[in-house]
Amino acid sequence: MESSLDIFQDKVDNDISIEPKDWMPDEYRKTLIRQISQHAHSEIVGMLPEGNWITRAPSLKRKATLIAKVQDEAGHGLYLYSAAETLGISRDEMIAQLHSGKAKYSSIFNYPTLTWADIGAIGWLVDGAAIMNQVPLCRTSYGPYARAMIRVCKEESFHQRQGFEILLILSRGSEEQRALCQDAINRWWWPSVMMFGPGDEASPRSAQSIKWKVKRFTNDELRQKFIDICAEQIKTLGMQIPDPALKWNEEKNHYDFGEINWEEFWNVVNGNGPCNKERLAARIKAHEEGAWVREAAIAFAEKRKTHNA
Amino acid sequence: MTNEWPLWEIFIRSKQGLDHKHAGSLHAADAQMAIENARDVYTRRQEGISIWVVESKHIHASSPDEAESLYDPANDKVYRHPTFYNLPIELKHI
Repeated sequence: MESSLDIFQDKVDNDISIEPKDWMPDEYRKTLIRQISQHAHSEIVGMLPEGNWITRAPSLKRKATLIAKVQDEAGHGLYLYSAAETLGISRDEMIAQLHSGKAKYSSIFNYPTLTWADIGAIGWLVDGAAIMNQVPLCRTSYGPYARAMIRVCKEESFHQRQGFEILLILSRGSEEQRALCQDAINRWWWPSVMMFGPGDEASPRSAQSIKWKVKRFTNDELRQKFIDICAEQIKTLGMQIPDPALKWNEEKNHYDFGEINWEEFWNVVNGNGPCNKERLAARIKAHEEGAWVREAAIAFAEKRKTHNA
Repeated sequence: MTNEWPLWEIFIRSKQGLDHKHAGSLHAADAQMAIENARDVYTRRQEGISIWVVESKHIHASSPDEAESLYDPANDKVYRHPTFYNLPIELKHI
């Protein structure tokens, strides 16, 4: 007789999605909870650096766009929290893990948004890298996660396009505007390249995640794809990618690129980035100051229930 | 302290004439808030014209372990499909 594990792996191999009530290995469940909740937290924390510019966006059109984008990020966080909840973890537990530092979120959001051009660079590079990660996740083996990702990807492409458009307009502007554009690209390039996570040789869980089809490509495969695409797209902006080693390699049919500063990466992951403390403090403050709203809403619902009974 | 708002399942009719389809779930204190939140979370780009919300605890689901006994009996009843019947090719409109 086939074991539960064999049946499970057989479904995964045949691209039959795993649904909440199906048997799954404990480690699969844990990996998914970690990955999906980290992804959800990233969407929620990701609202902070951009929210920073809503009041200062240069026109009504840009304000409306930025509000819509930030609202989308909130929505993406909610789709993902719901998907994680189907695995048996509660929303409260996930929020508590974020606030205690037990759960991580994408390190990219620990960098500050210093100028308006940063909003363009985030859309183009950060959302671009996110899309590169997320598109294959639309076919991930866990059904609720895959369905959430389909929704996310549909909405994400507007984010990237509006970002590139911001940079395009700056790149065709005054000397000062062009300098702002280049400066934002300089600061966001390497952190975006690091968004794909450690190199394959330093990513011990990758092989298992690929066998389970939780991930469909390795970190380095996705990173290379991202760099290849950006190296071409930047030509439209007439700007430079801040990597002197970036060069087309005819033989490999890919761009070569320079050393990644992994020390910086781990430093930010471990809490010492420019904005780690500020981001977490903002989330905790919002949660604590919103507590009375959650309690009042429950009390009101209870009261109405007894009235109507 | 845990006083989490209950979980609701959201069903959305994308346009008149189609059925409501499961869109996902969210937390809300009551049904009205669930509908309002569902509008913001699931219909930001005209994805719907009607929303149903059901508290998740009221949904009862079949178990995957029973799939065989529930659905297998239909497997060997090919005669329920029109293609099971061989008719002359010249026969029209049938």
